[in-house]
Amino acid sequence: MTRVVVVGAGPAGIAAADVLSRAAVEVTLIDEAERPGGQYHRAPASGLQLDMRRLLDAAHASYAAFHAQAASVCARVDYRPATLVWGVHGRAVHLAARGFAQSVGYDALVLATGATDRVMPLPGWTLPGVFTLGGAQAVLKDQGCLIGRRVVFCGSSPLLYLAAVQYLRAGGKVAAVIDTTRFAEKLRALPDMLAAPGVLGQGLRHMAALKRRGVPILHGATIDAFEGKARVSAVRCTSPDSAPLRVACDAVAYGHGLRPETQLAELAGCTLRFDPVQRVHVPETDPDGRAGHAIYVAGDGGSIGGGQAAAVSGRLAAAAALHDLGLAADVDVAASRASLARLRRFQKGVAAAFRWPGERAAALDDAVILCRCENVTVGEVRAAIALQDGVADVNRAKAATRCGMGRCQGRFCGAGLAEVAAACVGGHDHGRDRLRVQTPIKPLPMALAGDLSP
Amino acid sequence: MTGPSGPPAAAPEGTPSAILHRVAAFDTPLLRFTLDGRPMQARQGESVLAAILCHAGHLRRHECSGEPRAGFCLMGACQDCWVWFGPGERGRACTTPVADGMQVSTSPDPPA
Amino acid sequence: MSGTDAGVAIVGGGLVGCMIAYALRQRRRSVIVLERGHVGGESSGVSFGSLRLQGQHEAELPLALRAQALWETIEAETGESVEFRRHGHVHLALDAEQQARLERNARNARAHGLDVTLLDRDEALGRWPFLGGQVVGASFSTRDAVVNPRLVAPAVARAARRLGATIQEGVEIIAAEHDGVRFRLHGRTADGAVRSVTAETLVNAAGAWAGTLAAWFGETIPLFPAGPAELVTEPIPAFVAPVMHVVDGSILFRQTERGNVVIGGHPRMRVDAATRTARVPPDKILTNLARLVALVPRLRAHQVIRSWTGIEGYVEDMMPVLGPSISTPGLFHACAFSGHGLQLGPAAAAAIAELIVEGTTTMPIAPFDIRRFYVSGQPRTLSLAEEFQPDVLAQAAPPSRARPSS
Repeated sequence: MTRVVVVGAGPAGIAAADVLSRAAVEVTLIDEAERPGGQYHRAPASGLQLDMRRLLDAAHASYAAFHAQAASVCARVDYRPATLVWGVHGRAVHLAARGFAQSVGYDALVLATGATDRVMPLPGWTLPGVFTLGGAQAVLKDQGCLIGRRVVFCGSSPLLYLAAVQYLRAGGKVAAVIDTTRFAEKLRALPDMLAAPGVLGQGLRHMAALKRRGVPILHGATIDAFEGKARVSAVRCTSPDSAPLRVACDAVAYGHGLRPETQLAELAGCTLRFDPVQRVHVPETDPDGRAGHAIYVAGDGGSIGGGQAAAVSGRLAAAAALHDLGLAADVDVAASRASLARLRRFQKGVAAAFRWPGERAAALDDAVILCRCENVTVGEVRAAIALQDGVADVNRAKAATRCGMGRCQGRFCGAGLAEVAAACVGGHDHGRDRLRVQTPIKPLPMALAGDLSP
Repeated sequence: MTGPSGPPAAAPEGTPSAILHRVAAFDTPLLRFTLDGRPMQARQGESVLAAILCHAGHLRRHECSGEPRAGFCLMGACQDCWVWFGPGERGRACTTPVADGMQVSTSPDPPA
Repeated sequence: MSGTDAGVAIVGGGLVGCMIAYALRQRRRSVIVLERGHVGGESSGVSFGSLRLQGQHEAELPLALRAQALWETIEAETGESVEFRRHGHVHLALDAEQQARLERNARNARAHGLDVTLLDRDEALGRWPFLGGQVVGASFSTRDAVVNPRLVAPAVARAARRLGATIQEGVEIIAAEHDGVRFRLHGRTADGAVRSVTAETLVNAAGAWAGTLAAWFGETIPLFPAGPAELVTEPIPAFVAPVMHVVDGSILFRQTERGNVVIGGHPRMRVDAATRTARVPPDKILTNLARLVALVPRLRAHQVIRSWTGIEGYVEDMMPVLGPSISTPGLFHACAFSGHGLQLGPAAAAAIAELIVEGTTTMPIAPFDIRRFYVSGQPRTLSLAEEFQPDVLAQAAPPSRARPSS
């Protein structure tokens, strides 16, 4: 029987698997996490007494609906939690779970691999107590822990406000929200953001709630450094009117929006293109997510769009896969396309309102650690690029310096490396180069044993 | 590879040096594990990362710089929280649940 | 830039092309290197990094020894660290047949003045206690060394430039001919600009693509592309200094100074020279990991973090093509290194530079004449089935035995 493999059990993967499970195909749904949800609908570990209704407030209804749907989908398909897809080759995905390796062949592959935080390296970003913004939310939802007792939320993302509000609801203290984009930039992006007035309204309510609770919110600041010895103790920044500020804290949640996890798409042979609005590389797809022969991409792994867009794109990708297999799908394609277009327009506004501060790379001190895996500094990369005749090729800089060569394969230094390299040759707009991925996409235990069962 | 590799400074839960601050409890059985030989407790369902960082100021020291690290992405992507589970096993602290009797160590045994 | 004229044009800015440029500038010849991508960006940058002497074919060993002497001064020559380390090389035998091979290799090495020590099982396990029980014997060669292949070609290119070489990156040569007086090379850049170069002398250092250049001059080099499977672990506390290499090539590893273990393992894989794409298939990764863990059980706890390969040019006798063309005076081949280009590079480069400047060379390159492909009966000394996966050999064209038409 025809097999469709779906990678990822977040909003896009579950939506895709739901559609596929109603057609005459076998569906294998593979997820690295123990429970479905992805990052967007992450659920508490079993036995954790976390009041999700209180934490999520108005968003709880969609969370509950997702998990009801996910429970039903996972029961209907070949669901493989806690399983890493570490390679794609020859129409098969290669898996590792509980110390065993296995491969699963597919007739169609839907990649719903999600996104991780995009960060600009800064002085002190490797200090204990500095975490990604997504990480701050993950450890709260999954483990019932806050990343500290006085937390600064900083960077540029609507999730700064959401996460700060969730920390308040969970009983935490928010030292400040430091947003690197100016309020005026957000106003200019309003027309696009009005494409999804509900989501926009939620964001505005979060800002208002923080103000009511007396949380200082700084728009248009520049983050200069995370300070501390064995642990972060303050965020040093500069206000829009050039005043130096120092916000004391014992933890930092930091992020400049999201970057798609494109590794499997790249290994599957998809073409990646630079999206000038989001300033990230994304797989080239048609409007329904077709990304190559028998490959479909959905959710944030294809284009940063948030949970609602992910679900819609998951349905569209599943419909496209079924259509290409000669099967019918129970999806209103025209309505889904319209809905996705609207949500993507909103995200275009979000990308402008919460801009990636790529130009900051030029100002980074040479001593700043750029690659936290391999401990490579900004200065080492600049020196390597100077030696390569000023060619800003990041893969070449990687070969010369090891930047991006470590355990995370450039997930967390890649965006900064592209900007540091671009700044060396005098232009923010040249930051379009990207690190190539290699198998395995995440570290693999050497003792991984092949599964001898058929 | 040089640099200090001392164990993380452990302190009673809730003291300022602990990175994480628990706001919701587990109603699951108590598990015992060791961290660099010292006895520790956790609840079933707790991640190794949470079980350590609710008591300690860091997880490991970087192989090259010796600087303390306490994880970063907390979702299995940055690979900055690998620890050892006794000889011969290694894993990401943020995505591995604590198991009863686990012997967690923050520095590797030399392989020879 | 269009209409450049040079004394010598070198097609291919890999390690060998850059080293030839360096050697020619030492001899004050005007030289231009034309590289399609960037210097060292293909096979030069992706190899395992071993400068191995023991076990080299006896026809190759004299040149390999000359090359090693040049490697030993590479950092002084280039003024840069290329992570050259002389920690020796260990060949391991896992059965009696392999042990016999070690003994043969050792006799051959000693005949050429290379110091190789044979160790029995107990001696080997005593010296390298991390080895598992499969090992029956070992041979240790102290003069063998390693370099960081990612650093070396760019460093040599910079040294050549400092001596006055012109190295043009991003120029692909799409055709070349000899007009009776000079070579005419037709190139283009990635953005479509035309580059033409004329030169008195032409060097074919085009790696896996060298067969195409040879064919423009009516010559056949029966090259086929293949790639090594390379893996690397996270950093591990230091435990081994020399390269450890099961003699059949089924697994080999070395540890870098920062602690990462680099792992190789034959047979070599099929790669696509036309689209220039090459990746290590997941099954190959699992096979090599299983072999490594069987050989070094204590590594089972560690993680492999990355794999890579590259596109190398092979011929069936696994020896380079080095020396003058038989069709066109002034054309020289330095290609078909069959996975040995890193180690042989400096001596091969010196040979070509001497041939161009002095018309003769002291380097022992007689076995590497292109004419061997035009006469029958070059004895095959290696089992190709051991060296290559079957799908590589299936695509390798049978060598032509006909004389070139020109």
